[in-house]
Amino acid sequence: MTQQVITATITILIGVAGSILYFVGTNWLLDRIFPFRDGASPNAARNHRITTAVRPWLFLGPALLALGVYLIYPVFETLRLSLYNRDTTAFVGFDNYAWLVGDAGFRESILNNFMWLLVVPTAATFFGLMAAVLTDRIWWGNIAKSLVFMPMAISFVGASVIWKFVYDYRAAGSEQIGILNAFVVWLGFEPQAWIAVPVWNNFFLMVILIWIQTGFAMVILSAALRGIPEETMEAAVIDGANDFQIFFHIMVPQIWGTIAVVWTTITIVVLKVFDIVFAMTNGQWNSQVLGNLMYDWMFRGFDFGRGAAIAIVIMVLVTPIMISNIRRAKAETKGH
Amino acid sequence: MASVKLSGVRKAYGEMEILHGIDLDIKKGEFVVFVGPSGCGKSTLLRAIAGLEQVTGGTIEIDGIVSNDIPPSKRGIAMVFQSYALYPHMTVRDNMAFGLRMSRSPKEEIDRRIAKAADILQLTPYLHRLPKALSGGQRQRVAIGRAICRDPKVFLFDEPLSNLDAALRVATRIEIAKLNESMPDTTMIYVTHDQVEAMTLADRIVVLRGGNVEQVGTPMELYHKPANLFVAQFIGSPAMNIVPVEGSVANGVASVAPKGGRALSAKTESGMERLAGPLSLGVRPENIDLVDEAKALFSGTVTYAEQLGEVEILYVDIGAGEQPIVVKIPGYHAIERGRGVHLAPQKGAIHLFDAKGNAVEHQIL
Repeated sequence: MTQQVITATITILIGVAGSILYFVGTNWLLDRIFPFRDGASPNAARNHRITTAVRPWLFLGPALLALGVYLIYPVFETLRLSLYNRDTTAFVGFDNYAWLVGDAGFRESILNNFMWLLVVPTAATFFGLMAAVLTDRIWWGNIAKSLVFMPMAISFVGASVIWKFVYDYRAAGSEQIGILNAFVVWLGFEPQAWIAVPVWNNFFLMVILIWIQTGFAMVILSAALRGIPEETMEAAVIDGANDFQIFFHIMVPQIWGTIAVVWTTITIVVLKVFDIVFAMTNGQWNSQVLGNLMYDWMFRGFDFGRGAAIAIVIMVLVTPIMISNIRRAKAETKGH
Repeated sequence: MASVKLSGVRKAYGEMEILHGIDLDIKKGEFVVFVGPSGCGKSTLLRAIAGLEQVTGGTIEIDGIVSNDIPPSKRGIAMVFQSYALYPHMTVRDNMAFGLRMSRSPKEEIDRRIAKAADILQLTPYLHRLPKALSGGQRQRVAIGRAICRDPKVFLFDEPLSNLDAALRVATRIEIAKLNESMPDTTMIYVTHDQVEAMTLADRIVVLRGGNVEQVGTPMELYHKPANLFVAQFIGSPAMNIVPVEGSVANGVASVAPKGGRALSAKTESGMERLAGPLSLGVRPENIDLVDEAKALFSGTVTYAEQLGEVEILYVDIGAGEQPIVVKIPGYHAIERGRGVHLAPQKGAIHLFDAKGNAVEHQIL
C-alpha cells in the first residue's frame, strides 16, 4: 500500500515536472534558434514570424501525439483487425461483416440498441426538462436538483449494483429484499425475476441509464432555461398565454438547440452502453447490446476479427450523431 | 378608452416596501409619464398596472373596474418592454400575431390588424424576418406593433428608448408622439428616467422618488412651479441653482438674504412664518442676468465657462463655501474664465423652499 502511494506520487511528480520541462525547454530552444527579442539580429522580424508559427505546434505536439497514438491509430488498427480472422493470421475480407448480418446475437443487439436509442435519450431529456422547469418553482428546488443530479456521480457499474437490489427476486413466499418485488407482493401479485423477463427486461435496464442521465439533462437545460429573457415570458403573459402555452410556445423553442444537444449527447452514451448490461444480465434473456456483444467476442471468445467488426459498426453509428452535435454546438456558440 | 385610477397602491417585497401608497388619477386618452431616479419605483408601478406584479395594498382600477385580481391579458393593456422582449424564434408577423392567436381571433382579423400595424410602423417589408435580422430601431417598432395589434385600452411603455442610440432615440420619440396623436382615445403610460422624454411626450408628468409621488403636473407646471426641492432640481438642465438663505419677518414683510448678501423683500399668502428661518432660494440658470454691482444679489468669479455658441454656461464661485452658481447666458457675451461677474435672478423666476424643502408660494416685492 505505502509502496503504491509512493510510486503514484513519484509518477505524478515526474509527469508534471516532465511537462513543465518540455514546455519551458522547447520554448527556450525556439527563442535560441530564432532570436528576435534582442533586436540586434538582422532577421528579427522574420524570426518573430517563424516563432509565432511554430510555437503552437510545439505546445500542441504532445497532445496531438497522444491523440494520434491512443485514438487515431486504434481506429485504423480496429479497421484492419476486422478484415482478418480470429487471431489475425489470415486476411478474410468482409467475411466478419457478412457473418454479423447472419448472426442472431448481432440482430438481437441491433434491435435492442435501437429500442434503447428510442427510449433513453427521449425519456432522459423529457424528465430532465421537467425537473429543470419544476425545480425552479419550488423553494426546495436546489435540494431536489442535487438529488436528481446525484446519480451522475455514480459509476454505471455502481448504479447497476444499486438497481440489482431494486429488481432483486426471491421465490414466492420468502421475504422480498428487492423494493420492486416487495411492492408488487404488497399489492398482492406474484414476485417476478424482472431482469430475466425477455423484452421487458430491456426496459428495466433502460430505467437505470435514464435515472443517471436525467441529472445531466436537467443541469444543462436548467442553465438554458435561465438564459431565456424573463421579459419574453412576461410579454407572453400579457399576450394571454397560459403556463402550458408559455412553456411550449415561448420557452421550449428558445432552448431548442440545447435540447437537441442534450438529446444527441445522451444518444451517443446509449450507443456505447455496455457496463449496465454487462453487470445486470450480461446479455442473457434477450437483453444483449452491441457494446456487450463486442466485449463477448473480443475478450471471452478471443475472436479479434469479429470483435473489431462489431466495434466498427458502433463507430459508424455514433459518427453521424457526433458530427451533427459538433455542428450544432458550433452554430450555437457562433449565434451569440 | 380607459381611465386608470390608483388608490393607495403599495408594493412590498418581504420587509422592503417599494411603493408607499400611490394615489393617481389618469384620464382616458391621456399621455402620462412616470419619471424619477433609479429605484424610485416607477417601473414597479407600471408593472403593477400591467398585472405583472401583485400589489400588497390599495386598488388599481382600469376603466372603472378594480383590476387587482384580473390577469394581465384581461386588463386591456399592452406593454412595450425596455429590452423589446420579442420572441426570438418567431417572425415579425408571428410576434405580432401571438397575442391574437392566444385569444383565438379569426385569421382575417389577425391579418387585418397586422397589416394595419405594419403599415403605421413601416414594417411591411420585414414581416417574414426574425428579430435577429432587424436593427435596434426596427425591433423597437415591432415591439410597438405587437402592442398595437392587441388594440389596447391602455398602452404601457417601460423605458422603451433606453436601448437605442442617441439619434434613433430622438426619431423614435417623435414616432411615439405621432402614434399618440393617431390614437387619441388610448391612454398611454410611459416610464423613463430621461427628463427630455418626459417633457416632450407627456400631457402630465408624475415625478416619483423613493416610492412616493413628489408631484403630478403638466411639464410646464413642473418647470415653473416645482412643489419641492427634489422636483425643482430633477426637472431642467442644467439643474436649478439652490442657495441657502436666511429669512426674517418684520411688519408683515419678509426679508430674505443669502449669507452676507443683499436682502430681497417677499410676501406670502400661505402664512408669513414660513418665510422665517433657514430657507432655500432656487433659480434656474436661464433666469439669471448679468447686472451692475449695485443691483447684484450675488457676485463672484467665473471658475469655468462652457461656450456652446448659442449659449454660454458659466460656473460662478460666490465664495462662502457654497456650490458654484450656474448661469446660462446668450453666447455673444463671450465671458471668459477668471472674470468677476455680478448676478441677479429675474424677479418672477425665484423659487423659495422652506426648511422641509416644500415650495412657498410668494411674491418678490
